[in-house]
Amino acid sequence: MTTSLELQHEVEQFLYKEARLTDAGEYRDWEALWTDDAMYWVPANGDDNDPSTEMSIMHDHRSRIALRVSQYYTGKRWTATPESRLCRVVSNVEVLKVDGDEVHVTCKTVTHESNDRIDAVWPSRNDFTLRRVDGEFKLVTKKVVLINNDKPMDTISFLI
Amino acid sequence: MVDSINKSQSNGQRDWGELIKTDGVKGSVYNDPEIFEEELKKIWYKTWVYVGHESEVPNKNDFVMKSIGPEPIIMSRGRDGEVHLLLNRCSHRGNKVCVKNKGNAKTHTCPYHAWTFASDGKLIGQAFPDGFKSRDKSELGLGRVPRVASYGGFVFGSFAKEGPSLEEHLGGAKETIDRVLKNSPSGEIEVTAGFLQHKVRGNWKLLLENETDGYHPGFVHASVFQAMDSRINELYSDKSISVSRVYDQGHTEIDLRPEFRKRDEELSWFGTTPDRVPDYVAQMKAAYGDEEARQIMIDGVPHVMIFPNLFIAEIQLFVIQALSADECVQHVTALQFKGCPDINKRLRQQTMGSVGPAGFLLADDSEMYERTHSGLKAQLPEFTYTGRGDHRERLDENGFVVGDSTDDTCSRGIWKHYKSLMEAE
Repeated sequence: MTTSLELQHEVEQFLYKEARLTDAGEYRDWEALWTDDAMYWVPANGDDNDPSTEMSIMHDHRSRIALRVSQYYTGKRWTATPESRLCRVVSNVEVLKVDGDEVHVTCKTVTHESNDRIDAVWPSRNDFTLRRVDGEFKLVTKKVVLINNDKPMDTISFLI
Repeated sequence: MVDSINKSQSNGQRDWGELIKTDGVKGSVYNDPEIFEEELKKIWYKTWVYVGHESEVPNKNDFVMKSIGPEPIIMSRGRDGEVHLLLNRCSHRGNKVCVKNKGNAKTHTCPYHAWTFASDGKLIGQAFPDGFKSRDKSELGLGRVPRVASYGGFVFGSFAKEGPSLEEHLGGAKETIDRVLKNSPSGEIEVTAGFLQHKVRGNWKLLLENETDGYHPGFVHASVFQAMDSRINELYSDKSISVSRVYDQGHTEIDLRPEFRKRDEELSWFGTTPDRVPDYVAQMKAAYGDEEARQIMIDGVPHVMIFPNLFIAEIQLFVIQALSADECVQHVTALQFKGCPDINKRLRQQTMGSVGPAGFLLADDSEMYERTHSGLKAQLPEFTYTGRGDHRERLDENGFVVGDSTDDTCSRGIWKHYKSLMEAE
């Protein structure tokens, strides 16, 4: 599939913005990126274990995404209080498919985290479905496949 | 004083009375690597330790990778239909014979020199067999946990060739497992949803104590109770009529039934209502009759910590794996009631939200474990304080020590048992 430079640029700018908002802990603005039919999925024990029958690290519909953000803003989400300092690098962005208003995208992310407990690196392969709503991209699905998700993992103190 | 030090040095014994008091313990008990080595000998490689559930290996030749403390264990169902707990070490030169997390295999062949073992651990094939004359194959099977026993499908192993039976070890806490099973209309639970593996850079005993610490939820989990409409908080307030209970052998429980019985609402323990899981409710009534089913659904699944590593927390099953003084892993999954898809789906969804590295609850518990582990390295004060509620401890109708749900009763019970194990020869 040939992707126009314009679409590639637009997708990349959206992913960079999403990364910037999460790095900065701007979760209210980040939450506004999601559509109502959202799905935020962080599988465990491999790339594609069926989330309807097996445990995932996260498998959030829109309401649970909202709950995560609300929990964060109580100021008592202790694992995020004080919050981790984060720096995520987004790369290898590929538009896989354009389907009407929706664009299917894959990329790689390496997130560096520093807090009182730990200095950690979280490498992942991410898949997104973006939807054009009123001329702007929104997040419909975000899947984060951490490459070490089949091993014991440290607490994830932030929204990855 | 001098005498006691000399005495303790002369027989190589640690003076546990100096480390563990009735209302607190020394920080070193959590972070001294030598104490951890002693725990391996006296607890993890001696007492009954929970390994896995029979439903994880339903068919002949099924296997799943488990552990007893730092020791990897292959839990395998042999061709004989029995569950075997095998050590993942080739009897030849020590290579790992299995590197998969689970599967079905009639045999495991070591990739180093192609020795082949049956699913029951027996050595059945050696490459170039003419070279082996002095030792019979029957002597060269995989290492195995000497004693294996199960109760209600929960499989335990003990590295001690002799000792109390599993039922003796479970003692009064056996009834809590019966209660777990009763919540399933078939009388069986299953462990089929896979495990999240959550690492903790802290000592395993911090988890052991916290699982039945009814004092912390209102504070550690305040963010959850504030962000969502939850009634969990009231179970752990100082007005709660729930009790903390210590069984023999260090097993502990927060018994929430008094609160649930006060509410008198079916499935309130699970934060749901019968109309949301109609099939499950119908199955329960068919299995137990209306009256008993109603009582079971009011009481719910217990909140019980089976010493040293199996924690059943209403809807979840945790397995604590100690790795070193400073590190452990919590393996966690949703309990599943055999043959109940509607409630099982909710059990999984709620569990996924609560636990694991990003869980609404467990990420904060684990944050506390790691900060506490770090804090306990401070020089002063030397001891923790676990005296909350010691003035109101009492015996229940079965003779077990109980306290209020927010009291340190369970911690005191755990340390008393721990001390007895560590003082034993």
